[in-house]
Amino acid sequence: MSVLVDRNTRVICQGITGAYGAQHTKGCLLYGTQLVGGVTPGKGGTRDDNSLPIFDTVEQAVKATGADATMIFVPPGLAADAILEAAASGLRVIAAITEGIPVNDMVRCRALLDEMNASRPEARRSVLIGPNCPGIITPGRKTGAGTSKDDPYTSASKGAGGCKIGIMPGYIHTHVSESKLGKSVGIVSRSGTLTYEAVWQTSALGLAQSTCIGIGGDPVRGLNHIDCLRLFEADPDTHGILMIGEIGGRDETDAAGFAKAHCTKPVAAFIAGRTAPPGRRMGHAGAIVGGADDTADAKIAALKAAGVEVAMSPADMGKAIARAMKIG
Amino acid sequence: MKIHEYQARELLSGAGIPVPAGQMISSVEEAAATYKAVTSPGSPLAVVKAQVHAGGRGKAGFVKLVKSAAEAEDAARFMLTHRMHSPQTPPEGLEVRKLLIAAGVDIMPRAGGAKGAGEEFYLAVTLDRANRRPVLIASREGGVEIEKIAHERPEAIIKAPLHPVAGLEPHQGREVACRLGFKGKHILAAADVMSRLAKLYLARDCSLAEINPLVITNPTTEHPDGRVMAIDAKFNFDDNALFRHKDLQAMFDPTEENPGELRAQRFGLSYIALDGNIGCLVNGAGLAMATMDIVKLHGGSPANFLDVGGSASEEAVTEAFSIILSDPRVKGVMVNIFGGIMRCDVIAQGVVNAARKHKNTDGSTGFRVPLVVRLEGTNVESGRDLLRRAAADLPTLQPATDLADAAVKVCRAVG
Repeated sequence: MSVLVDRNTRVICQGITGAYGAQHTKGCLLYGTQLVGGVTPGKGGTRDDNSLPIFDTVEQAVKATGADATMIFVPPGLAADAILEAAASGLRVIAAITEGIPVNDMVRCRALLDEMNASRPEARRSVLIGPNCPGIITPGRKTGAGTSKDDPYTSASKGAGGCKIGIMPGYIHTHVSESKLGKSVGIVSRSGTLTYEAVWQTSALGLAQSTCIGIGGDPVRGLNHIDCLRLFEADPDTHGILMIGEIGGRDETDAAGFAKAHCTKPVAAFIAGRTAPPGRRMGHAGAIVGGADDTADAKIAALKAAGVEVAMSPADMGKAIARAMKIG
Repeated sequence: MKIHEYQARELLSGAGIPVPAGQMISSVEEAAATYKAVTSPGSPLAVVKAQVHAGGRGKAGFVKLVKSAAEAEDAARFMLTHRMHSPQTPPEGLEVRKLLIAAGVDIMPRAGGAKGAGEEFYLAVTLDRANRRPVLIASREGGVEIEKIAHERPEAIIKAPLHPVAGLEPHQGREVACRLGFKGKHILAAADVMSRLAKLYLARDCSLAEINPLVITNPTTEHPDGRVMAIDAKFNFDDNALFRHKDLQAMFDPTEENPGELRAQRFGLSYIALDGNIGCLVNGAGLAMATMDIVKLHGGSPANFLDVGGSASEEAVTEAFSIILSDPRVKGVMVNIFGGIMRCDVIAQGVVNAARKHKNTDGSTGFRVPLVVRLEGTNVESGRDLLRRAAADLPTLQPATDLADAAVKVCRAVG
């Protein structure tokens, strides 16, 4: 089990003919994801290097391939529209990888997305992951598929149970059947490489990951920490939850309140940016300290007060969730 | 991106929001004529203001009220020939290149207010992250720091959400104006300013559009009811949206930026200068922040935030080293790279090549300060082997076994 995506998820890539989209389409295929096609307006009817069919619109792609998820690599100025196109076509999971989308575009996009979702039954709503994120992965077994043993994308193959939608290195993740401890952690994070770091640490400790969700570094986005906590709490195969946050906004503080009131599973957290100066945007558009409430220390205090095991050092993220799960 | 006050006034004025007459000058010679152009014999008061992004201008003596052309010229001479020192400027102070000379404004006294208090208000549009839409923020207490009011008396702040597509409805503006205490014709005038400010925020992709203070002026023969007017304004723009605003790009003032940060931008690196002595080179923004945190946790002090990009290519690392080491305070560098899609051996080779090629300020080549490199991820063993072998001709290179080990090593190396 997992959240949002699994071996049966059928995925398309919007922006499949761009350099980045093409590279990661290949990577996801190597991981064993059921990547079934792509969309580039004006290039419909052609095929990409992997012989995947390319369509002019998402609607055509969905009709022809039965896709239920997408990953978006289209340029920043067009990405908000691509998200809305995916939602209008009924895709259930939308992972927007694109970095640098104007904030006002996302404000508008999120409002229209919410409007669309409000008119649909819950099972048919679109879930947006990102933008400015690594995507989502449900690890599969290491079967040695892909180009070689050292292939950074690979380690699973079709039928191995995995689904990678995005740019994360596949092989650092661990399927529960191949983990020493037989327990899975759900990971949610606003950052890319810091997530890989956390995945690496948990894998090294003998833990598996149920699903890892990169929710992205932008101030206005789809899923938040709190949404992911809810998903992981409801997933019977997630045994612990590791949340990686950073300065800016109050999502982690909200999530702390949720964890205290609703989470029966162990929760650990790390908040990046304790040394960040106020008023400066630390790489991510959303990582900026605006007031007393959105500093790392304020978030850490809220999480601790909620009984969450907080890693004070980024080297301690894996151990923190292990401590919370009382293992290792 | 930030702009200067004189540019903000141009934007307001272009959007139909009344501002006092004013002009930007960049030399002492222009001061007297400009003073005459913005004032009239009946109202000789004007203000000369240094155009810098740093705050604390008033206390530093870089905002001056003047009553004659000669006074305006004196103020201009002082500001253009002295460096400005305030808590927000670097220790060596800031060179002032541009001044604004604007007509003085006769502010209507606030009825029932404290002695000397005028009709001054605060008005801004910014992003409300929690509600994922822009919000109009207003307060009856203009001219003071809004953060302070928000902290001490949040009830003194009025908020009205903007619809993400439709913006601010006129009735919202009237309601806010009434709650602020505007009366009679001033209600419509203030609501009009709010409408225009909200439109400006959306149309120009601002992250902050602030008028502080918005005032009511005393009646004159020309304006018998007085006017609702913006005295000072501050705009920040969404960097991600600048690509579609060529006119705003033209307002960018590179002299206001840290040279290292400017250079980093040109190479697609994300760099922020801090005041410590341990340079940090990391791939990914979150990991870069976390690296600064772990350096601090082990007693060190980070000199910068630097995200070299996901792939950490040799070109990017070379440029990053050069930017980090152009800060003379840097006594050691910690490289922290998680090799995901890019393999660790490739990254290690890039780091080693960049370190070998590094040009010192005296023209010599090679890395001199301690360089602690921590790699993790794909092919990490061959990456570390490569680092160990390179240590022969890079004597300051220390491979680290893990994140904590790297932090300990670099902190020890700089002492």
